[in-house]
Amino acid sequence: MTDTELKRTPLNAAHRSLGGKMIDFGGWDMPVQYSAGVLEEHLRCRNAAGLFDVSHMGEVWVEGPGAIAFVNWLTTNDVSKLVDGQAHYSCMTNENGGVVDDLLVYRFGPERLLLVVNAATTDKDLSWINSQHSTESGCTVRNASPYYCQIAIQGPKAESILQGLTDTDLSAIKYYWFTEGVVDGVEAIISRTGYTGEDGFEVYAAPEFAEQLWNKMLEAGRYGEPDGILPCGLAARNTLRLEAAMSLYGHEITDDVMPIQANLSWITKLGKEGGFIGRDAIATAKEAGPRSLIAGFEMTEPGIARDGYDVFVNGEKCGQVTSGSPAPFLKKNIGFAFLPAEFAKPGQEIKIDIRGKHVGAVIVPTPFYKRQK
Amino acid sequence: MSNIPENLRYSKDHEWVAVDGDLATIGITDYAQHSLGDVVYVDFPRVGDNFDAHAAFGSVESVKAVSEIFTPVGGEVTEVNEGLNDTPESVNGDPYGDGWMVKVRMSNPGEADALMSSAEYEEYLEASS
Repeated sequence: MTDTELKRTPLNAAHRSLGGKMIDFGGWDMPVQYSAGVLEEHLRCRNAAGLFDVSHMGEVWVEGPGAIAFVNWLTTNDVSKLVDGQAHYSCMTNENGGVVDDLLVYRFGPERLLLVVNAATTDKDLSWINSQHSTESGCTVRNASPYYCQIAIQGPKAESILQGLTDTDLSAIKYYWFTEGVVDGVEAIISRTGYTGEDGFEVYAAPEFAEQLWNKMLEAGRYGEPDGILPCGLAARNTLRLEAAMSLYGHEITDDVMPIQANLSWITKLGKEGGFIGRDAIATAKEAGPRSLIAGFEMTEPGIARDGYDVFVNGEKCGQVTSGSPAPFLKKNIGFAFLPAEFAKPGQEIKIDIRGKHVGAVIVPTPFYKRQK
Repeated sequence: MSNIPENLRYSKDHEWVAVDGDLATIGITDYAQHSLGDVVYVDFPRVGDNFDAHAAFGSVESVKAVSEIFTPVGGEVTEVNEGLNDTPESVNGDPYGDGWMVKVRMSNPGEADALMSSAEYEEYLEASS
């Protein structure tokens, strides 16, 4: 794929001017890191603040009297429990209970929901949603992805930095709540959510204001100073989410993995009214006990596990690494593996085939990293 | 613009070689460390191992990726830079100094002469960019 075919967010030029090293990420031309480098970006987000362009994410409005019932049927979490101004993490599942995508569901009103889905899966998600939708659904489905930029400001200083740019009282927004407000004169959705394991916000606005908001947040966060905010690329986004043990679509969760296999039972409401697509398949698997599970591990010998490496127990190949990386804050090498259930328990010793060498690791409880509150 | 010291020899795999008699000190170039990003781990060969020229004899890992390192010259490994176990970031910060990786007693010192000069390596980088 050549550069000209890649999709660009409204912050493309900003990334380049900040020294962004651009890569093809699911068809998007995105910065994998900036001039500071992934380690510094990761640590700055944990210790001060990081700024992320997540404008490539997909936004889908579902509106109408049937909106809640429709999204409740599409997704595993219980949408009927959301109130206006509240959001939750959820999965869309297929008839077999496999994950079509993971997403956020925002409730703006009793007839108005916003779904925020992964960038690389937006088209697939829309086809799936439309295949489940009919005139009887009592709602409309509208892809609004081109009409939003999304900027995530994350880290212990995120609230104080963003507060300098808005009259909305950010301290009043609880985790996984949101509000519509004005940031630096721009109408925005301000959501206390993120994908880093830190406190922080995701700000949605019209794309023509993306550069203005991005630059204001860098300025307010004293970008350039030793303890100032840093723009963070996809590499840091990945290591931050991995330390926080958050799943990445296409890795821990796929069309063939059920949420209950990937530590996502907490968002799989088998008992909710009306059920959901794939509910019965998941309930059956749960009763029998899933054969394979996602489990977190850390290396006990020198070496870095990478995505796709084979996992061995007692000399037998039994699974694969789904995400593996150095953990810059924890200063360990960690990862997730998909393993037979009997081995997916903390304390279980495993070997990872690192380019022909069997290197020791142990299953550990997750999250690997939890912020001090 | 990459830093390319004049007194070294260079391989197409972006390793550098400093020659002192039949002893070669090997590392990766400034261009290579920059492409890799933050180096977090270097997997060395063992002292005493023998390699032919161009054999993969270790790997260097950044947060995102792993790259094999190829020895530009054949011979016996006499020393590895154990200091990089504690400070792998030296590969980024000082690729031609503290970031050196391996010393090799060359079985055929003529192999080093066949490598690129700094001017040739600079041209090579320009041609491949």
